[in-house]
Amino acid sequence: MGLNIEENQKLVADILEAYPKKARKDREKHFQVANDQAIDCGTCAVKSNIKSRPGVMTPRGCAYAGSKGVVWGPIKDMVHISHGPVGCGQYSWGSRRNFANGTLGIDNFTAMQITSDFQETDIVFGGDKKLAVIMREITEMFPLAKGISVQSECPVGLIGDDIEAVSKKMSKELDMPVVPVRCEGFRGVSQSLGHHIANDAIRDFVMGRAELAETGPYDVNIIGDYNIGGDAWASRILLEEMGLRVIAQWSGDGSLNELEIAHKAKLNLIHCHRSMNYMVDHMEKAYGIPYLEYNFFGPTKTYESLRAIAALFDETIQENCEKMIAKYKPVMDAVISKYRPRLENKTVMLMIGGLRSRHTIGAYEDLGMDIVASGYEFAHKDDYEKMLPMLEEGTIVMDDPTAYELEELTKKMNIDLVGSGVKEKYVYHKMGVPFRQMHSWDYSGPYHGFDGFKVFAKDMDMTVNSPVWKLVGRKGSTQPEEAGV
Amino acid sequence: MSRDELNIKDNTSLFKEARYLQQRENKKQFEAPCSEQETAEALAYSKSAEYMEKNFSRQNVVINPHKACQPLGSVMAALGFEKTLPFVHGSQGCNAYFRSHLSRHFKEPTPSVSTSMTEDAAVFGGMNNLIDGLENSIALYKPEMVAICTTCMAEVIGDDLNAFIGNARVKGVISEEYPVAYCNTPSFVGSHITGYDAMLKGILSYLYTRSGIESKPGSGAESGEKLNVMLGFEPYTGNFAEMRKILAAFDTKYTILGDHSGNYDSPATGEYEYYYGGTKLEEVPQAANALGTLSLQKYTLKKTQEYISGTWNQQIAALSTPLGITGTDKLLEAISELTGLPVPAMLTEERGRVVDALMDSHPYLHGKRVALVGDPDLLIGLIGFCLETGMEPVHIICSNGDVDYNEVKFKEEAEALLAASPYGSEATVHVGRDLWHMRSLLLNDKVDLAIGSSHLKFAAKDAEVPLVRVGFPIFDRHHMHRYPIIGYQGTLNLLSLIVNTILQQLDDHNSGFNFELVR
Repeated sequence: MGLNIEENQKLVADILEAYPKKARKDREKHFQVANDQAIDCGTCAVKSNIKSRPGVMTPRGCAYAGSKGVVWGPIKDMVHISHGPVGCGQYSWGSRRNFANGTLGIDNFTAMQITSDFQETDIVFGGDKKLAVIMREITEMFPLAKGISVQSECPVGLIGDDIEAVSKKMSKELDMPVVPVRCEGFRGVSQSLGHHIANDAIRDFVMGRAELAETGPYDVNIIGDYNIGGDAWASRILLEEMGLRVIAQWSGDGSLNELEIAHKAKLNLIHCHRSMNYMVDHMEKAYGIPYLEYNFFGPTKTYESLRAIAALFDETIQENCEKMIAKYKPVMDAVISKYRPRLENKTVMLMIGGLRSRHTIGAYEDLGMDIVASGYEFAHKDDYEKMLPMLEEGTIVMDDPTAYELEELTKKMNIDLVGSGVKEKYVYHKMGVPFRQMHSWDYSGPYHGFDGFKVFAKDMDMTVNSPVWKLVGRKGSTQPEEAGV
Repeated sequence: MSRDELNIKDNTSLFKEARYLQQRENKKQFEAPCSEQETAEALAYSKSAEYMEKNFSRQNVVINPHKACQPLGSVMAALGFEKTLPFVHGSQGCNAYFRSHLSRHFKEPTPSVSTSMTEDAAVFGGMNNLIDGLENSIALYKPEMVAICTTCMAEVIGDDLNAFIGNARVKGVISEEYPVAYCNTPSFVGSHITGYDAMLKGILSYLYTRSGIESKPGSGAESGEKLNVMLGFEPYTGNFAEMRKILAAFDTKYTILGDHSGNYDSPATGEYEYYYGGTKLEEVPQAANALGTLSLQKYTLKKTQEYISGTWNQQIAALSTPLGITGTDKLLEAISELTGLPVPAMLTEERGRVVDALMDSHPYLHGKRVALVGDPDLLIGLIGFCLETGMEPVHIICSNGDVDYNEVKFKEEAEALLAASPYGSEATVHVGRDLWHMRSLLLNDKVDLAIGSSHLKFAAKDAEVPLVRVGFPIFDRHHMHRYPIIGYQGTLNLLSLIVNTILQQLDDHNSGFNFELVR
């Protein structure tokens, strides 16, 4: 099955047949097969950012995951309290690979699990008093912590604790920012609302609170890069080589001060538009800072983005930009000429969180690979509108696809590479389908920028062409079709 | 361009390059970091006795605890039964976390669904979510049983699972006969082991009650030598295989109650099947007629054991994780007592070979000071193993103590075990403490070796203590769970891990002249 509009429409319809009527009706709205009309004008019929059906094995997480796990957790010099029972903090402890410089437990608190560990009595009597004590204890244990955030888990909202009042009081007492974040897991339909809530808390409690000693014409912010495997560093190095001055990096390897001075930038450069668009919109309105969505996956998109960024500055920057591209292009061409022949025409299915399902398309295309299905866990309408023009006719677009749908698509579309998360990964290993974790780069990376593309290309080749896949027996035969290498 | 010119560096080496070190320095002007002196002082202070005292006097904040929440254990328990779909009633993020966490440990898929409750369910209750969820999940994933547990959200709003499942039947979403087991697993009570116990008891009691069978202990198998075995919250699939090997050697019939080893060690065949292995549902009511039940995690399985000894009226041999020679001896004695069968010669021989191995290695183990972290039953096993090899447990932390069995609490048993050996005289058992406490202990009272899960790696690194990864979760090493750590074979595996870690240390820290060929 390739990229044929009618065939793929039928394929999707066939797959959805398995659902009970009510769920089928809902799931139908989450699929679209790209046609020329949709591609040309980005018209999107896909329903998104609405509730998942109960019982369907959605890939989605919750608001807490969006706030603590994505946005706040990587702010390295603040202590983030997972406020509520022990689980949420435990499961989000060190699993998103937000690299940060600093000494863990001293001036860097990223890969730690700091929790109020709610017991039954806290549910009955409330956790507010305990929260205040916890904050005092945090300053005792971590004297260099610059601030505290309170990441609410489900019970906190349900029992009606007033974390805002406690935070306000303790902020005064401890003389540091204490930020209440209402990111209880039951709020909203996915991580996405958690990003929004986290952004609002940054806006309300830290933004504009500090000054930059000297501002300059080339001051920019990196917004929405979480430094998975060092991505933000591999991006920052290009911006700085071009002559720009990155004054804040949100939130991978980020610090409180960077949140507080970011309003002094001349331009916001936003990578993960899905998780931090609220921020750049606000900063544009409140401080008149324009923003640009950029994409540093794969050389084609990186050149495009670098030029688009440079175009917003003067000739010096533009010249630097061209020099830089001239410098790196031979290296990128060499990477492509090495790996493209090994990956040409391989089909790819992507199902990633909120941005990489579209941002990585260019990188795969640079390697000659074809995206045949792409979907998001928790995207909104604008993400689909931006993705559609990047696709070929017949590509299947899907929102919040369930484990069942992904497996059926893989079986029926002859997929050569699946890019998704850890919940999906081992299913594809059973199926003998090459797989990369595109939430966490499978503990590799970086993938951003020119340094990152080298790793990306190497990893995709390693994955698609590993001889291990050929050892897998197929159904109905006791021997592998092609044993050995 | 040659391979060298392409020079592909990933995060392990890339960021050590001068240009990135320069970037790191440059970025500091915007970070408003603490001065190098302040950081150095804070680091030194964090390692001091004064800090340790403060650390141990904190009352409320919990830092790096060694426990997860109840429903995670329930999901594992549900996967121990044939064609059973774990079903988590509450906010969907919990289910995503359980699936990720378990998959990161086992490197295997974790099929499990959620009722995806949101704000409206918080107000009106999650009944509609549960009914729709049953309809959808049964249509898609075709389980032969659904096993529902709750999250803290469902518990706080007080959802009544029994009534909801009843209503699903009344509405015809599931038939009267379709098996749906359930348990309540509030995350603010106990830990993952409590949740494992709740679900195991939930499934056993549900399948037994609905079968209409009235238990007559000892009457089930024709031969009258059938045994029930429970491994509990078991992070080692290899331990199931080891138990099967031991039971086969006894030539006894047995039923493993809760066997997730199939689901967490399934073959790559080109097709994903969702359900692999597990205790057969029809075997559960029959298990009520067995001679007796062997439990390998007595603190974990407290309520299940009470149920089996009460309702099924069975004798129970309740042990902790059978590690080491003495621990395995006790296991074999217990099987002998329950079945009346002698210990097979094959196992006695195996014992002899492992004792031989312990003798070979004892010079490198003797007197080694050890820190231990884990769940209660694992710790009892580990303490026993350390003591019988001459290793000296010094710091023992159990975040999810102090569960009791027959009114003996974990801490009491651990302390009694330690007190009975000269090698246990320096040990302190800390219950309800976390890995930040362990960090202070390791820094202020040095040990030679730490044994615990991947989460212990941070404290071990700060204290420059080598870590032997044992327990749950092990995220950062591959395939550890495939090798048993129980029984004589498991003891040999554990010994190899430990002694070779110590030998590696000797090589790493050699003085030049003692970089020796023969050890």
